[in-house]
Amino acid sequence: MEQKKNILSVKNLSVSFKMYDKGLEQKDLKVISNLNISVQEGEILAIAGSSGSGKSLLASAILGILPNNASVDGIMTYCGMELTEELQKKLRGKEIALVPQSVAYLDPLMHVGSQVVGVRGTLEKMRTAFKRYELSKEVETMYPFQLSGGMARRILLSTAVIGDARLIVADEPTPGLSKEMAKDAMGHLRTLADEGRGIILITHDIDLAFEYADRVAVFYAGTTVETAPVEDFRNGPESLRHPYSKALWEALPQNGFKPIPGTQPYAGSLPEGCLFWPRCPVRTEACMKGEIPSRSLRGGEVCCIHAT
Amino acid sequence: MNTLKYLGSTLIRMLLLLFGVSIVCFFLIISSPIDPVDAYVGSESNISQEQKDVIAEHWGLNDPPVQRYITWLKNLLHGDMGDSIAFKKPVVQVLKERFVTSLVLMITAWVISGILGFILGILSGVFSGSVMDRIIKTFCFILSSTPAFWIGLLLLIVFSVNLGWFPVGFAVPVGKAAEDVTLLDRIYHLILPAFTLSITGVSNIALHTRQKIIDVMKSEYVLFAKARGETTWQVIKRHGLRNIAIPAITLQFASFSELFGGSVLAEQVFSYPGLGNAATTAGLKSDVPLLLGVALFSVLFVFAGNFIANLLYGILNPEIREGSEK
Ligand code: SF4
Repeated sequence: MEQKKNILSVKNLSVSFKMYDKGLEQKDLKVISNLNISVQEGEILAIAGSSGSGKSLLASAILGILPNNASVDGIMTYCGMELTEELQKKLRGKEIALVPQSVAYLDPLMHVGSQVVGVRGTLEKMRTAFKRYELSKEVETMYPFQLSGGMARRILLSTAVIGDARLIVADEPTPGLSKEMAKDAMGHLRTLADEGRGIILITHDIDLAFEYADRVAVFYAGTTVETAPVEDFRNGPESLRHPYSKALWEALPQNGFKPIPGTQPYAGSLPEGCLFWPRCPVRTEACMKGEIPSRSLRGGEVCCIHAT
Repeated sequence: MNTLKYLGSTLIRMLLLLFGVSIVCFFLIISSPIDPVDAYVGSESNISQEQKDVIAEHWGLNDPPVQRYITWLKNLLHGDMGDSIAFKKPVVQVLKERFVTSLVLMITAWVISGILGFILGILSGVFSGSVMDRIIKTFCFILSSTPAFWIGLLLLIVFSVNLGWFPVGFAVPVGKAAEDVTLLDRIYHLILPAFTLSITGVSNIALHTRQKIIDVMKSEYVLFAKARGETTWQVIKRHGLRNIAIPAITLQFASFSELFGGSVLAEQVFSYPGLGNAATTAGLKSDVPLLLGVALFSVLFVFAGNFIANLLYGILNPEIREGSEK
């Protein structure tokens, strides 16, 4: 693991939106704050967390396609270079690829083939990608609504391999898929990772993350509270560091289905101090003020002052 | 099979509509206070009441209304639309002559409003929220709440009367022999009426296109296209135009009714001798056969527009086109 190259590292990333409150009062709505992740070659990093935690915005932030009223803070590094806006513009669709959720991300009125080619691919590359995913030539002239679920997944994957992506951001690639198809989709991502790519798997399906990822980052209220090797998550709460990760583990059906009391705070009404303190069973006075820094612990990263 | 069924039901609907419109029109005209004989002979003439009665009897004006309608309908089914009182010519001939003149006007206006509206809509939608967007939007709102004849009058006053750039009316120069009239003459006379007529259509198509392109730019497939390296311009070219063209074209064909309605007013303002102008004349002279003829014709015209809109939608939209093959 130590020898592998870092493909992407994100340090202290924040994303906020300019919003107009009542009247003309303008305020910044922070949806991602102090987020830290890194992905290496050949690795699948799962970003797991319940919906509404701003995970999809992370994908847009990495690709540089956030809406105009968003502002980004923090440092992103891609293969040792700072990932500036210009670099993002140059790399997206080539070295950095997004694998979206569903066919809704394809133009309904355009043949699938020319969409896979896009503006940066070629016909030959598209055919190679189609061959790789066993898509027949007829598929090229099909419209998105004519694709079966499985075909659609493979089409979306071919958009990533056509540009020889080194970093793939897969945003919720499995919802709505049957168990077998989800497995199949994850298998494809695994292969892509084994070929040396770095993959960020954004998902709310925690089971899936535990099964296929190399490392898991737990996402809560717009930040990563813990990043740890997947084995720790398989081992259970004793190996985990953050109270929220432990609670998530215990909330899984196979581990007792214990719900976490309370709800995730919304952007705009985040608590001071540790974002999790209102729901944390082991909180102390110290947790409720100041910023809680991320620190290394037992081969992982954690954002909790009391974690051991 | 489905196509046949569709065509059949469309045809039946059209016939019913024609029938209904003709009845309503007929009874509206005969309850008009304008006496056709008076309108025909003119108020200045000194024709005696007896002579007027003879004319009325000759035209069948003294028959009960229902009988008059049935006579008209019978003749129509034999292909005879009767003679126009106002023009003293067979109605079919008037319709033919007038329609050709109107068609040029309407097509010109239709094309201008379509293209102009589409472009304005795209510009304002892509840069929504910008100053340009606000200007275009305001412009459209003003236009759509302004009657066409008023704009026509305004243009007439400014460009024809004050500036003298354009003729004050008619389709050809007054007093020029028909064979001497050049194409340029016709175009010259067409500009202001066509522009007037196009103006009302512009705002409709522009506002519609604007909304559509805003939706498209917010769509997931545009987000993905950007993620794959497309610039804003490429996104518009590859996905924007494709996805807004179908609704825009459909809307434009479905707007035949406004086009026809607008042409009545625009032609009146510019004394442009088209179908709309003939309709006004027919109304003012209680010319029953001609007015019925124009009414039926306008129904056919609007119906054709809607029919083409439906057909095109099916042809252009792959989901309907290829979906039905399965
Ligand atoms: S910092 Fe305090 S409140 Fe936050 S998770 Fe750790 S123990 Fe709980």
